[in-house]
Amino acid sequence: MISANLSAIFYLISGVLFILALRGLSSPETSRQGNLFGILGMIIAITVTFLTIGNFSSGFIYVLIFLLLGGLVGAFIAYKIPMTAMPELVAGFHSLVGLAAVFVAISAFLNPDAFNLGSPGNIKLGSLIEMSIGATVGAITFSGSVIAFLKLQGIMSGSPIIFKGQHPLNALILISIVVLIYLLCSSQSSNLFWILLAVSFLIGFLLIIPIGGADMPVVISMLNSYSGWAAAGIGFTLENTALIITGALVGSSGAILSYIMCKGMNRSFFNVILGGFGATEQSSALKNKEQKPVKSGNADDAAFLMKNASSVIIVPGYGMAVAQAQHALREMVDTLKKNDIKVSYAIHPVAGRMPGHMNVLLAEANVPYDEVFELEEINNDFANADVAFVIGANDVTNPVAKTDPQSPIYGMPVLDVEKCKSVLFVKRSLSPGYAGIDNDLFYKENTLMLFADAKKMTEDITKNL
Amino acid sequence: MEIDPFIFRLSIFILSIFIGYYVVWSVTPSLHTPLMSVTNAISSVIIVGAIIAGLSGNSESVFNSSSVFGFLAISLAAINIFGGFLVTQRMLAMYKKKKKDKK
Repeated sequence: MISANLSAIFYLISGVLFILALRGLSSPETSRQGNLFGILGMIIAITVTFLTIGNFSSGFIYVLIFLLLGGLVGAFIAYKIPMTAMPELVAGFHSLVGLAAVFVAISAFLNPDAFNLGSPGNIKLGSLIEMSIGATVGAITFSGSVIAFLKLQGIMSGSPIIFKGQHPLNALILISIVVLIYLLCSSQSSNLFWILLAVSFLIGFLLIIPIGGADMPVVISMLNSYSGWAAAGIGFTLENTALIITGALVGSSGAILSYIMCKGMNRSFFNVILGGFGATEQSSALKNKEQKPVKSGNADDAAFLMKNASSVIIVPGYGMAVAQAQHALREMVDTLKKNDIKVSYAIHPVAGRMPGHMNVLLAEANVPYDEVFELEEINNDFANADVAFVIGANDVTNPVAKTDPQSPIYGMPVLDVEKCKSVLFVKRSLSPGYAGIDNDLFYKENTLMLFADAKKMTEDITKNL
Repeated sequence: MEIDPFIFRLSIFILSIFIGYYVVWSVTPSLHTPLMSVTNAISSVIIVGAIIAGLSGNSESVFNSSSVFGFLAISLAAINIFGGFLVTQRMLAMYKKKKKDKK
């Protein structure tokens, strides 16, 4: 058994190691070392917890069993998961953090003596408030992440689910949560505690169902943030510095990512959270659908254009992930490079279903990260490039965002793809993208539409090069 | 008059939010996915609470209503810790620089 002061210092060290883990991610070279810092911090935190309790009775062996059990499952998932499924995995992991926070809070509520928080029915007021906030946020994180997971996995439709009175209902539930916490703290009633948990699970579910599939980058980042605040809430209850530091880090990290994603779509956070985007505009887009001429081509035409180019910019989007086309794309680029054609990749902040989704997929396909550029870095280069190859992206290339103030995506930063000498647009049909609006790019003089599955088309082009 | 220890914890919390703010803004956008998976892993440090809960039983009965929730939470957090760190490691190993000698 070690003293409380000593263990507090070790928890502080592990908190600092977690900060260094995030710091490492500022560049790919230092990132691997950063991850090791994170692992070290975790080992310290767990070891110190055992030493502080110092009670290696029969319970200890069960702790190890459950720890290893979870660890094996986690390790198995980590090795098996395909990179395209990363958004689902992260959503699933968030739900586990949320549920773990709920369980710890329940356990502390049932047996406050073990945590030094008082006795059942007479828990210290401050601890009870912290505990109920941690449990509430944890429960919201859990049910919200489960919905996000189901939507990403395609088990649940990605289109927003909207009903009348949705927002008043949500507001009512949120108010009732505050009232419940107040009542719980004044009465210490365990029934109220269970009701609070049930209502929190419900609101997490209701908050996420109206949000559409392509807004998932914001949702995942937001849930990431929530999982951090839940951990911090529990950290206050347990008076544990490592948890408080980590919770604050993760909470602000998720909040920043949500902000970056919202900015990438030029929408306010509340606009995304209130949901329903894309569902209303769809009808109006279909109404004024006049027949406009479109040039379409095949793999042969595309190969010809690229062979005669001196520089090509590739714009990947969610469609590339769906078609698992990243490896085929890399092979195509290898062939282009053999012909001394300069190739770079342009990534829009909200391409894909989570922050950095496209970068991971390209990295998986062995694309060196210094050929991959963010929107601001590369947007001026389109004017000097010969060919833009848009694969699985749509709304993020739509010039309407710059020209038509009536458009729902007006003001959203877009890739200036149309400035290229020619644009190759791989897409299965002319259907509008997530925002439900037509892409003007389809009808431009210099655009050649390639109607096919992204993977198949890329492979065919490689054959023709 | 003494300061409530809660205020110290609150100070740590607020300052950590600011540290998080500056550290995360310096993360390169191409590593945003690993950032999410690693934050996932580290927020599972909640396992320390789960361990306390799991060991709360006495020698006669290891399992009581409180420790059972603790054991469940240990498993969930362990999935996240191992899964989160390993998948981050796997992703980061893929980020490579252009080889200069590549033809």
